[in-house]
Amino acid sequence: MRSGRGDRIFAGGVTGLALIVPLTLAGITLLMVEAAWPSISTYGLGFLLSSTWDPVKEIFGAAAYLYGTLVTTAIAIILAAPVAVGAAIFLVEYAPRRLAGTLSFLIEVLAYIPSIVYGLWGLFVLVPLFRENVEPFLQSTLGVLPLIGGLFSGPVGGRDLLVGGVILAIMILPLLVAVSREVIAAVPTAQREGMLGIGATKWEMVRGAVLPYARVGIVGAIVLGVARAFGETMAVTLVVGNSSTAITSSLFVPGYTMASAIANQFVEASGQLYFSAIVEIAVLLLIVALIVNTLARLLIRRVAGTPQGFAI
Amino acid sequence: MTMTAARPTTTTPQQEAAPEASLAAGPAIRTERLNAWYGTTHAVGDVTLEIPGRSVTAVIGPSGCGKSTLLRCLNRMHEITTGARVAGQVFLGNEDIYWQGTDAVEVRGRVGMVFQRPNPFPMMSVYENVAAGPRLRGWKRTRAEMDEMVERNLRRAALWDEVKDKLRRSGAALSGGQQQRLCIARALATDPAILLMDEPASALDPIATYKIEELVRELADELTIVIVTHNMQQASRVSARTAFMLAGEDGVGRLVEYGKTDELFTTPRDERTEAYITGRFG
Amino acid sequence: MTAAAIASPSWRVRRRRRVADTIMAVLLTAATAIAIGLLLLILGYLIVNGLPALNLAFFTERPKPFGVEGGGVGPAIVGTLIVSAVAGIIAIPIGIAAAIFVTELRPGRWGAIVRFAAELIAGLPSIAVGVFVWSFLVRGLLGRYSAIAGAVALAVIMIPIVARTTEEVLRLVPGSLREAALALGAPRWRVVMRVVLPTARAGVATAAVLALARAAGETAPLLLTALGNLFFSTDLLRPIAALPLQIYQYAASPYDDWHAKAWGASLILVAVIALVSFALRAFAPRVSR
Repeated sequence: MRSGRGDRIFAGGVTGLALIVPLTLAGITLLMVEAAWPSISTYGLGFLLSSTWDPVKEIFGAAAYLYGTLVTTAIAIILAAPVAVGAAIFLVEYAPRRLAGTLSFLIEVLAYIPSIVYGLWGLFVLVPLFRENVEPFLQSTLGVLPLIGGLFSGPVGGRDLLVGGVILAIMILPLLVAVSREVIAAVPTAQREGMLGIGATKWEMVRGAVLPYARVGIVGAIVLGVARAFGETMAVTLVVGNSSTAITSSLFVPGYTMASAIANQFVEASGQLYFSAIVEIAVLLLIVALIVNTLARLLIRRVAGTPQGFAI
Repeated sequence: MTMTAARPTTTTPQQEAAPEASLAAGPAIRTERLNAWYGTTHAVGDVTLEIPGRSVTAVIGPSGCGKSTLLRCLNRMHEITTGARVAGQVFLGNEDIYWQGTDAVEVRGRVGMVFQRPNPFPMMSVYENVAAGPRLRGWKRTRAEMDEMVERNLRRAALWDEVKDKLRRSGAALSGGQQQRLCIARALATDPAILLMDEPASALDPIATYKIEELVRELADELTIVIVTHNMQQASRVSARTAFMLAGEDGVGRLVEYGKTDELFTTPRDERTEAYITGRFG
Repeated sequence: MTAAAIASPSWRVRRRRRVADTIMAVLLTAATAIAIGLLLLILGYLIVNGLPALNLAFFTERPKPFGVEGGGVGPAIVGTLIVSAVAGIIAIPIGIAAAIFVTELRPGRWGAIVRFAAELIAGLPSIAVGVFVWSFLVRGLLGRYSAIAGAVALAVIMIPIVARTTEEVLRLVPGSLREAALALGAPRWRVVMRVVLPTARAGVATAAVLALARAAGETAPLLLTALGNLFFSTDLLRPIAALPLQIYQYAASPYDDWHAKAWGASLILVAVIALVSFALRAFAPRVSR
């Protein structure tokens, strides 16, 4: 009977500590919504639609921040996804075994670099590069075309949504490569052999048998990348500009993302409503993260089983 | 593509043994001292044989004797595995497919292959599975001609009646036996002269197996079929000639005996063949 | 049109397919080269710009006011160690308990709930975790920016990492070991504490250290909680310096000297994280990231 008691104490202790986990999650969600409530009830949907952010008059509309987040995330995905999927295909289908191992390792090393270091590198290397070379070039070439020309209009400063998007792209690259790689490697060999058996070239095999099979998982990887980019703070905040809440078509606007807005303004959030508005931005990030992460894991699980920790 | 030396005018023992099977001028497939490795493991050693056209030739032997490896050398699938290597020559007609300048992709387009486990492409419909090969080879046709090609090959594979209403369904939505016949149809669609089958019925139930064997006998009128099987009864049911392979003490798979099926099974010339077919090992 | 046309496509078609195959091979290699190239570029700049800033004073002194030469990131190094350690004290027991809960106690639905909760927490943006602790502790309970608040924020981030990695390690312990112990009459808690955990000891330690290394590099959660400090401090109830915070402050400043220091501090941070993570993985390779 003594062992029964020991077991009960043990089970109780472990269970108690373990349950802190879901409790923390619930606590975070509830407490943040509660803290954001004054802002939610005051501004309602307008918070998402209005871009007027005036602490003095206590009018808070986060549309500009939302816009900045969406734009930088979109740029990040557009730039990173093809490169990541391409690298993943190369590592699985083309590279010799040992080389693939070494290269994958190197790409993973990118994931170990803290985001502040990306921010630093972005600030001192990318920003001058874009300000002096890339952006003027884009403005003079693509900027004169109809429709997309508007993306590259306006004064060139270097710290803007475009660079924010680019640094995000570099940040999510290792994640995308790792997940895509696992998904592609999970495609059964029989499929590859079936394609080669009817006389396909290597690329035709990849395009016809491997990618269609892995498509769902790759979408899952991209969704994970979106989730990561959405909430990224330190890499972006140093390069995205943080001064303009204008929503224009230009990528050269020194705008904000939701995360960078929080990082820049939290110290000044004196008033109750101001504080509450900042928390509300974080609540938005929270909700998006919860939804998107659940979705991504469902997609990836369908193709490659339970992911092995890379989303962490 | 290269021309080999002129064919000898004397007939070979194999040709004398089965003159009726070879209508073309010479064997459909001829291997010359074929060797295959997986890295440092020597899997197939010095196999020389001739396979006549428009007939079924079976390759039998215990597991590990190299029969599947041999088969995969015939359409240059063996080299896909990392570290795999081939030495020797394999002639399809008069061309050595291992000659320096030959494109493996072309070879595989001319030789069809059916695998042990049915592997239809699940992301494609039944229709698209069959059309996959021709489409790859740039065969652009009107809708009607495509439909006709798909139907023709599904009929050749004895599958048309069962799937004619399900052409748009996923290739994987069929039963195991149907999937394998779909894979046969897919292989036939590129109009190969040779069809290689690697234990095509081993993953199927007896009824499905029977259908496959029937199909093999029918197809032998038009094609050269090489079928690897671990089932001796199957070999005796479907094939005109049988090759028996065995891994020696050095682990290398070699050709032990090769001849007309009924002769090999009733009066084998080699004692190892006799031991295998009487079930003393294997 | 005929069977022959299928069997032997024109040389034009064959050439097109071969060319496409080659082009794609080149493009895919290029994509990989880009990914690798970026890494090398970042590491290269880090080393080239960071090394010159490193000297003994850099590690031991505190930051000097702008305009004054010299100074270092001593307080930040100490601060990072303190905050990470406290965060570890909070997070590691909880994380391990969660892993034991899920693998050893196996209570069905609750196990799935704990696991799923850990996964979701892992997916939260670190800034959101920072805002939570900011609102709950800094603006709420404690009333001030403090090291303990920073530690709590880092702990939240660490828990899922510890839990996930420990779970993997525990699953590697063969079931036969547990069965043998149970068959000998040992109570469940003894089996776990005396048999399973010791067997998995190396992996669990690795999990803990990996999580610490990850937490040490986080900036956003500390920004809103620990705030940063230019002085050496061990007071848990006061703002404290941390290496990532110091890098941020140096980088955001307009002074070249401070920029150089930001590179130096970054190099230290990356070197420590990389060394710890990779050395550990070399010793306990079955633990994935």
